[in-house]
Amino acid sequence: MARRSLLVSLAALVVIGVGGAAAALAWHPALPPAERPAAASFDPALVKRGATLAALGNCAGCHSAPGRPPLAGGLPVETPFGAVYASNITPDTEAGIGHWSEAAFRRAMRDGVDRDGRNLYPAFPYNHYTLVTDDDDAALYAYLMTREAADSAVPSPALPFPLNVRAVMAGWNLLFFRPGTYAPDPARGPDWNRGAYLVEGLGHCGACHTPHGPLGEEKAGEHLAGGAAEGWTAYALNGASPAPVPWTVDAMALYLRHGWQAEHGVARGPMALVTANLGRVPEADARAMATYLVSLMGRGAEPAPPAAKPGLPPASAGSQVAVAAGNGRGAALYAGACASCHEAGRALPYGGLALALSTALHAPDPTNLVVVTLHGLAAPVGAGGPIMPGFAGALDDDDLAALLSYLRGDIAKAPAWPDLPATIRRVRARDATLVASDGTGTAPADPQVRIAR
Amino acid sequence: MTAPLVIDRRTVLRGTGALVLGFALRPVGAAEAAEPAGEGGGATGPRDLPGSLKTTPLVDSWIRVAADGNVEVLTGKAELGQGIATALVQLAAEELDLPLARVTIRTADTATTADEGYTAGSHSMQDSGSAIRAAAAEVRGLLVGEAATRWAVPAEALRVEGGAVLAPDGRRFGFGDLVSATLLHVEATPHPALKPPGRYAVVGQAVPRRDIPAKVTGGAIYVQDLRPAGMVHARVIRPPAPGARLQSLDDAAVRATPGVVAVVRDGDFLAVAAETEWGAVEAMRRLAAAARWSTPAASLPTDRPAGRAIRALPARDTVILDRGAPPAGDGLRRFASDFTRPYQAHGSIGPSCAVAHLDGDTLTVWTHTQGVFPDRAAIAEMLGFPPARVRCIHTQGSGCYGHNGADDAAGDAALVARALPGRPVRLQLMREQEAAWEPFGPAMLTRAEAALDADGRIADWSYGVWSNTHNMRPGGAGALLAARLLAKPFAPPEPKPIPQPEGGGDRNAIPLYALPNARVTHHFVPDMPLRVSAMRALGAYANVFSIESFMDELARASAQDPIAFRLRHLDDPRARDVVARARDEAAWTGRPRVPGRGRGFAFARYKNLAAYCAVAVEVEVDRDTGRLRLARAVAAVDGGQVVNPDGLRNQIEGAILQSMSWTLYEEVGFDAAGVTSVDWATYPILRFDAVPDTVEVHLVDRPGQPFLGCGECGQGPTAAAIANAVADATGARLRDLPLTRERVLAALAV
Amino acid sequence: MTTITVNGSAHEVAVDPTTPLLYWLRDALGLNGAKYGCGLGQCGACTVVVEGEAVMSCVVPVVALDGKHVTTLEGLGTADAPGPLQRAFIDEQAAQCGFCIPGMIMRAEALLARRPDASDAEIRATLQTNLCRCGTHMRILKAVRRGADAMRAASPPAARPVRLGDAR
Repeated sequence: MARRSLLVSLAALVVIGVGGAAAALAWHPALPPAERPAAASFDPALVKRGATLAALGNCAGCHSAPGRPPLAGGLPVETPFGAVYASNITPDTEAGIGHWSEAAFRRAMRDGVDRDGRNLYPAFPYNHYTLVTDDDDAALYAYLMTREAADSAVPSPALPFPLNVRAVMAGWNLLFFRPGTYAPDPARGPDWNRGAYLVEGLGHCGACHTPHGPLGEEKAGEHLAGGAAEGWTAYALNGASPAPVPWTVDAMALYLRHGWQAEHGVARGPMALVTANLGRVPEADARAMATYLVSLMGRGAEPAPPAAKPGLPPASAGSQVAVAAGNGRGAALYAGACASCHEAGRALPYGGLALALSTALHAPDPTNLVVVTLHGLAAPVGAGGPIMPGFAGALDDDDLAALLSYLRGDIAKAPAWPDLPATIRRVRARDATLVASDGTGTAPADPQVRIAR
Repeated sequence: MTAPLVIDRRTVLRGTGALVLGFALRPVGAAEAAEPAGEGGGATGPRDLPGSLKTTPLVDSWIRVAADGNVEVLTGKAELGQGIATALVQLAAEELDLPLARVTIRTADTATTADEGYTAGSHSMQDSGSAIRAAAAEVRGLLVGEAATRWAVPAEALRVEGGAVLAPDGRRFGFGDLVSATLLHVEATPHPALKPPGRYAVVGQAVPRRDIPAKVTGGAIYVQDLRPAGMVHARVIRPPAPGARLQSLDDAAVRATPGVVAVVRDGDFLAVAAETEWGAVEAMRRLAAAARWSTPAASLPTDRPAGRAIRALPARDTVILDRGAPPAGDGLRRFASDFTRPYQAHGSIGPSCAVAHLDGDTLTVWTHTQGVFPDRAAIAEMLGFPPARVRCIHTQGSGCYGHNGADDAAGDAALVARALPGRPVRLQLMREQEAAWEPFGPAMLTRAEAALDADGRIADWSYGVWSNTHNMRPGGAGALLAARLLAKPFAPPEPKPIPQPEGGGDRNAIPLYALPNARVTHHFVPDMPLRVSAMRALGAYANVFSIESFMDELARASAQDPIAFRLRHLDDPRARDVVARARDEAAWTGRPRVPGRGRGFAFARYKNLAAYCAVAVEVEVDRDTGRLRLARAVAAVDGGQVVNPDGLRNQIEGAILQSMSWTLYEEVGFDAAGVTSVDWATYPILRFDAVPDTVEVHLVDRPGQPFLGCGECGQGPTAAAIANAVADATGARLRDLPLTRERVLAALAV
Repeated sequence: MTTITVNGSAHEVAVDPTTPLLYWLRDALGLNGAKYGCGLGQCGACTVVVEGEAVMSCVVPVVALDGKHVTTLEGLGTADAPGPLQRAFIDEQAAQCGFCIPGMIMRAEALLARRPDASDAEIRATLQTNLCRCGTHMRILKAVRRGADAMRAASPPAARPVRLGDAR
């Protein structure tokens, strides 16, 4: 975002923030500190349900940072305005939420307000969590309060004035936040409604997959139309889905739970954290989410016909197959750098995806293809999964552009990206969140930081 | 000479110098005794001599003195990266009072060194170390005796210093002055005068390994690095699945490709040779696409854990321990547990490679086999050559950890070299070929049963282990993959168990604990669904995992400290020392507990006759994801007399980390049709993010005691210690290897 | 014609442009440092440094290296005169079979050239792409730490060029 427009926006927010209505909205009472409940006081079945809900909500994705105890927070979540640090949500009474009553927890989820009555920043997606039912909040609370307490403190947000005044968030809420639990659509079946509840609520898919406005809000009217997350493009989940093979409920349900699907490839970047978590939820929930999402994609936008699927590899040579190099530099680069994995035809998720099936190649924006090519796919920790080396050191900007243009034109048969060189320069200058396909972090250089600048 | 690497045969012959005349490796009549026995080698001959001198008693088979007084040590063992070459030089230098710089070593070579069988089973120091130390002492005595004769003075009056024999009056003979073609060509004596350990100057010192400088600077030290003049590069094309037959091959286009030298086909064996390595890879790929294979019936067992499928097969039972009698049932608490180990892969980082050269009548093979003599026998039989026409020279490769693809690659290279007389052939396997076709460490199942008396002592013990053989190594041609694929195929050798006391599948199946009533049965399963053979520690890995996990279960069930419980049942004072040392170094009792971490302990004496090893660990358990992390490991090892403490520590550290990788992650994947784990995406192993914070190795030195093999002693205890730590942290007992996070989560959900 | 500078010497490349760098280094130049491990970019045994960045040479075709500077293990020193990182590996006896070590050294070399003050966590994270099977990891980490300290002592930070970017 251009610096000038940011300042204008901030000024607007301040005006709103100091407005009388906003001031009234900003005030919430502090709730009294509760005695930390004993872990044994919770029904184990409730805790177990809470664990599933926590996985659906990807709580650990932000609240667990490499090098710190689980759920102890500390991970800087980059916003357009600066870093907000995920809080410690273990039941530690000092550093965590040990003194929070269930009512305080529910208020945070429903209204985006902490126990002291201060507004939370919407990096915590309370605009989605507000949809969560009381019952589910109770289960989540039971789950969190039975975790190992960790006394790890969390840094203060690094936001400029006036955003560092939390009351200003009241203005944001006034503009963009509509509290209230999910209201089922009676015209739809239970699966669809369950999926909508999870996708729009705990799952907070729109936090990444909906484009954001200048104040970090999810743009009205562009729901799930494709956004950005941590250096990656989050593909459109509506009719504009760029997947070359249309998603089906079966395919999407499998992808959500396993992090890969044979005709779509593997999850990577922050999505790998999501799918790793969804691997621990009941299949019915994943299927419900898939039902809802696929309904959003509709059949309106006719996707490009898929390219031919790979043939069977000559297994006698393992994954190694002969590739006839096409013409040009990009083709030669593809033959020497990519084909030994991507033309092997070895079954996903372990082999390279036949790139004709790659959503990244068909997407309107080459960001994800550039990120993956530069940084590769990290090996999961002690588990099977795809591994791809990064080519940041091997390919300079010109070669990368030649290679990706070849992939786009000759393999995806799609019109050239107009801004490829600029995207390459931009992605090189900014790291993206790298996560192995099973959701394990890649132990970034500084273990405190998952999202580098 | 730093590396025992000789590419040019003429150099080999020159290197033996003037003293080679009349050299014979064995005295007449001793040849038959050299047949390797057991896993390690030929140290079981008729004579009462130390180590491998039993089978190769001539002194100059081990130690040679050049005219300049420098000494060459010869060993039939191979340097595998375990540091044996450096340790053996230390022993010889010590007994000869020579500076290390004046001692070189030549390793396993069928033309020049003793037949010491395999470099395996933690035998090298026992077999070769004992022999070389004794031979060096013998040489010292012979040199002193020769000087005494020439000067006509009593030998007792002479001393040895800096490569010379000195008389009291100052006269001196350099070693080279004294030696002759015949002086050292004598049989060793049973009890040479060994230097007392109190006077050791280089034994017991952390002498830097000789092979490391070349390894870290790109020296030509590996067989992969050999480039004899005229060399071609070869690749094999393996069948798509075991049992698939090559039905048709349209190789005209490949043959016509510039740079392709030959397509070699014999039955289902298919290979291609080219002038450049990349040319060979590309030709391999195109040849693979041009080959049509039959699809054999998909019949591999799909039961999991794989050890259960092994138990379901017919077995030949041997009772290997039958002590006391089961006590009557009153007042006893009885326990029983099953444990399994999956198929696991050696997983060498570098796929196997060999260079073979048919020069006139003689085929020379440079190979990283663990046994040059058995490999030679196999290759000679496969080719129909007399063994004398085949020479195998050990050359280092990527670490093998047992019977990996090394012998197969040697056999493959030999077949291609036979088709290309005069041209050296470098044949290297591809990653997928190594991974899918190497002989795996066998899947196993064990069942442990015990009864505790009212006092918490083990009143009864019963144990059974079901396993395939752990030794399908060469000797016969059928052990080579290529030989099984030929138009006239060689059948795989009949699988045989390795007898006690070393054992194969039943290695370490007998606990070292003092148990009044105990029965142990080895259920040997001949049928091998997957190709298997020796992998580091053989059955000891699963047996120690099982026994030491079970000991932990018994201790917990009776509310006893697991270490105290072990000590209650241990009489062997050296075992007790090692257990206590690990306990104390780990601060087992005093160290504050870390939330989310468990502590685990395990102990074994490898094979009940080699090194003692106890391991204490701390393991982090992430209850949400099921992930385990080995955070800290503390080991204590008694390997007898220590020759090179740093080399030994390196080995034990490696054993702990490798065993951790096996234990937490590793399992060969296969479906009914074949192996599916063919690379590091499908066969994940330890990476740096899971490396422990600290690993400590504490050595209990035993000066003057016999060498006890150490290279494999850490494998079993590490596995059990990790599982015991998980039980300590969570109360959940994991009995199926590997301890994947799915299994952890499943155990925690109960 | 493709020209690649390896360890300071320029070489014209006379092989097919799709040939992976690894095979050209070993075959055409007779260099031993880079090893074939998997051919899939999964193990790091083939790692070399290209223009300051660690690169898996088994999956980089020579066509991508025209005009570039490649450093292999041989470019860091010799057995008689090892470079600082090589010296550190010798001093720590950080090898068993040693097959993975060249890749480890080259990846660490690229890291330390860029970040002379690399933390232990950073070293671990950087070596994540490289596999060792002997279990020499503890010593490899110590050796890289030792090498980093030696390199820093030998060359104060101001004297070194600063590189931007932290490609993994």
